Amino acid sequence: MIPAAFDYARPDTLDEAVRTLHDGGEDAKVLAGGQSLIPILRLRLAFPELLVDLGRIPELRGVREDPATGSLVIGAMTTHHDVIHDPLVRRHAGLLAAATETVADPAVRHRGTLGGSLSHADPAGDLPAVLLALDGEMVAVGPRGRRTLPAREFFLDYLRTALAEDEVLVEIRVPRTDGWGFHYEKFSRVAQGWAVVGVAALVRRDDGRVAEARIGLTNMGTTPLRASATEAALAGAGAGPDAVAHAAEAAAEGTRPASDLSATPAYRAHLARVLTRRAVLAAAGTGRR
Amino acid sequence: MTHISMTVDGTRYEDEVEPRLLLIHYLRDHLGLTGTPVGCDTSNCGACTVELDGDSVKSCNVLAVQADGGEVTTVQGLASDGAWTPLQTAFHEQHALQCGYCTPGMIMAARDLLGENPDPTPEEIRHGLEGNLCRCTGYQNIVRAVLAAAAEERRRRAPAPRPAGAGRPDGRPEGAPATAGQEART
Repeated sequence: MIPAAFDYARPDTLDEAVRTLHDGGEDAKVLAGGQSLIPILRLRLAFPELLVDLGRIPELRGVREDPATGSLVIGAMTTHHDVIHDPLVRRHAGLLAAATETVADPAVRHRGTLGGSLSHADPAGDLPAVLLALDGEMVAVGPRGRRTLPAREFFLDYLRTALAEDEVLVEIRVPRTDGWGFHYEKFSRVAQGWAVVGVAALVRRDDGRVAEARIGLTNMGTTPLRASATEAALAGAGAGPDAVAHAAEAAAEGTRPASDLSATPAYRAHLARVLTRRAVLAAAGTGRR
Repeated sequence: MTHISMTVDGTRYEDEVEPRLLLIHYLRDHLGLTGTPVGCDTSNCGACTVELDGDSVKSCNVLAVQADGGEVTTVQGLASDGAWTPLQTAFHEQHALQCGYCTPGMIMAARDLLGENPDPTPEEIRHGLEGNLCRCTGYQNIVRAVLAAAAEERRRRAPAPRPAGAGRPDGRPEGAPATAGQEART
């Protein structure tokens, strides 16, 4: 399968990328790692007239610490492989490293990028729910300047984000979660498969109890969601199997999972409850996976 | 058309290509390097795996223009002077293929895995090869082949030769199964 013809630009700077994207209008599309976009082009599900390849803009790669806030600043074009192996990410945002290890397979992780995954906003993608659980922020640059969007405001609908057509996601800011337990529990049909449902859990414990829990849900609606009812039930509750199982019963509240070849909405709701229990217990360090 | 240049299996090429040209089609149709097959064409099966700038990639999921300036190694570039690498030898000796269609991709993915982890467990090999599908073997012999190749590569890199069967320096048993004929092929 061969994509429809398109023009190709490979800017060296972010300014040039934004200008090229703006001039290309609605028929221009950003190419990050291409691991979602190229299959879409090959299947002719999209027909952009211009691809703007961000692959040669050095400032969009790498991980650093923001000295003012201590948050991690991850360049949007940092590959999954580099995220997984980055010492700052492993030390201060372990949930992101752990979840990224479950994305696709090693070859895809060599090319695919964090920013590309988030901008693509596939409801079955693992990383949007992780950024939602981490209370991350997306920094976008366009012709009208730079703006920062909380993860909660970034994902709008199926494959749709708050990015304007001429805006580029340049970096992802992740607050440190030092001292939090974490786990990403994913259910998929085959080894490299998309998540039928995934649950990203962060748990901060205070002695034997849960001080705070943050839970992101993958593929339980057209956007990633927080399991707010379960989070509320866990706050101050015991961290043992019974209390966690009880709180996890509310994991699917307020969700609207899709029906597709992999699962019915009712089955996805069941998975959300089971996987949330497992993820929270693993994150709290009080249960087996 | 876009001008590209890249080194493939040690040879430098320059070409004018359409931006939509996939790397796999550039390798096969423009350069005639048909040792790398197209499998599923949907980036699932991994048959088309090659190395780009030191990393395994699925070449049906990379545009040729993205590889501009890069260095590509295909399965055809592994042997030197007709001598197979330990991975190639192990795939042959452990009978890690039946139809052979997935083999170029399996070997390139396994090479990437051993580059990062020279002493993998069977479980780590299965995870490392999760992007490569084989519909014949059930993977058992592929895992055995990668274990055998890893052991052979470690043996070749070891500073001082050790007698066969002496185990690792840490006293753990060798990961690779002892297989008749393993030493026969050079």
